[in-house]
Amino acid sequence: MSDTPPQPLITVDDIHTYYGKSHILNGVSLEVGTGEVVGLLGRNGVGKSTTLKTIMGLVRPSRGRTLLEGCAITDFPAHRIARLGIGYVPEDRRIFRLLTVMENLRTGLDRRAVTEARKKELLDKVYAFFPMLAERRNQAGGTLSGGEQQMLAIARAMMLEPKIILLDEPTEGLMPRMVSQIRQIIDALHRDGVAILLVEQNVPLTLDASRRVYIMEKGAVRHHALASQLRVNDAVIHQYLGV
Amino acid sequence: MAIDQLLQAIPLDQLLIQTVNGIVAGMILALVASGLTLIFGIMDVVNFAHGELFMLGAYVGVIVLTATGNFWLALVVATLVIALLGAGIHVIALRPLLGRDPLTTILATFGISLVLQNYALWQFGPVARKIQEPFSGYFTLFYLDYPWYRLVIALLSAAIIGALWLFLKFGTYGIWIRATTQDRVMAQAMGIPVPQVLTAVFAIGAGMAAASGVLFGPLVGVNHAMGVDWVLKAFIVVVVGGMGNLGGSIAASIFISLLESYASIWVSPAQAVIFSFVVLILTLLFRPTGLFVPTPK
Repeated sequence: MSDTPPQPLITVDDIHTYYGKSHILNGVSLEVGTGEVVGLLGRNGVGKSTTLKTIMGLVRPSRGRTLLEGCAITDFPAHRIARLGIGYVPEDRRIFRLLTVMENLRTGLDRRAVTEARKKELLDKVYAFFPMLAERRNQAGGTLSGGEQQMLAIARAMMLEPKIILLDEPTEGLMPRMVSQIRQIIDALHRDGVAILLVEQNVPLTLDASRRVYIMEKGAVRHHALASQLRVNDAVIHQYLGV
Repeated sequence: MAIDQLLQAIPLDQLLIQTVNGIVAGMILALVASGLTLIFGIMDVVNFAHGELFMLGAYVGVIVLTATGNFWLALVVATLVIALLGAGIHVIALRPLLGRDPLTTILATFGISLVLQNYALWQFGPVARKIQEPFSGYFTLFYLDYPWYRLVIALLSAAIIGALWLFLKFGTYGIWIRATTQDRVMAQAMGIPVPQVLTAVFAIGAGMAAASGVLFGPLVGVNHAMGVDWVLKAFIVVVVGGMGNLGGSIAASIFISLLESYASIWVSPAQAVIFSFVVLILTLLFRPTGLFVPTPK
């Protein structure tokens, strides 16, 4: 396909994933290019979150491969995948509730490869993005509001200096003001050259933020198009998502 | 009238002596129990081999002390050797059980405890060994000559527990450990090597058990079954203090030890243990999450 970049950052190649006996992913294949924002749409329970978890190494596929810059990472433990440059922002945010905001950030920041100067740079950057986190740096993560926790979850993933961030429904349950803030963050990350694989229920936001979009149904990718095409042709959206 | 009689029946000096005794015993117990509660709170592993790590620590202490004559060196070497042994036990016996029913870890650690206990019996024989205290000096507590060494153990135990707390609170690895406790999956997704963190936690807990074994060695004989009594008490403390709650375990250690000390004014020390069990049973009946934790909402 001409709109697929020649050097993909992430390649998901025909993965099959089971939870016990239920077949959740039934041959999912997709690609994300370097610095590209890609949307992953689909109704509830079609396997979007499982796809992200499988890329992250949190769920093992029974078949298929996942590649990062052409190297197979299918069998790598999750912590190695994270260190290789994949940030993960799960659907339920999973903030370390008893850790302070600063400690939450330090889980990703305290790596041997990072110099003190670089640490300060990274912290300054997220504090510029999210001034609220700077104010609350000594507050326990569990005391933040839902929107603030979402900001913290994204900031925490940024601490890994990722090449790509897997964003799972970042706007779910947020106030409109927070949603537009998330939208700006996606743009800012994109300008920084960070690729994003965005799982969302919010179709307009996804089409607006992404370059390409995959649509999933029953554990497999059914449709793949440029976001600009889908913006003018909503028959496809209507067919798969019913909106 | 009745109160007067009661006060006469409890001489103040005995009460004070038993308070000191209770706090000293409580601090040593706290050191054993904090290793146990650390391993439980972070790994969900009920470590039935904890008493044997305590006992083996004491034996390593005996060996090093005999060879070098240096008590403090013996303390450090025993801690390190048993921490390494703990890491080995974790990698071989517990890591493969990760993600399985927690009951399997009880069986595994119980098996390890039997192996270690019988190894000690075979290797060192049934006769108790003695660890010579590093210094012998007394101060006068009423009519008693009270050994300085006992106070020093209590202070050292407090220092070791304090160091553990600082490490957990401020160190990078401490943050890794706390993050792993709260959400193992997310910790991995943040690049924290969770299996290695768990091994390290088990090693730290084992090292703390060994340190308490050496410190306590001079007060009791070192033999292959010495761990059994202590681990039983440590389990009571961990349950009463709230499973996995470090501060609660320390409070419960002192509480239980004071209780036993006071009880032994009237009854023999062996009977005083009954009071601990009464507290345990009452705790399980009325406050199963532990005495020293806030009421869950």
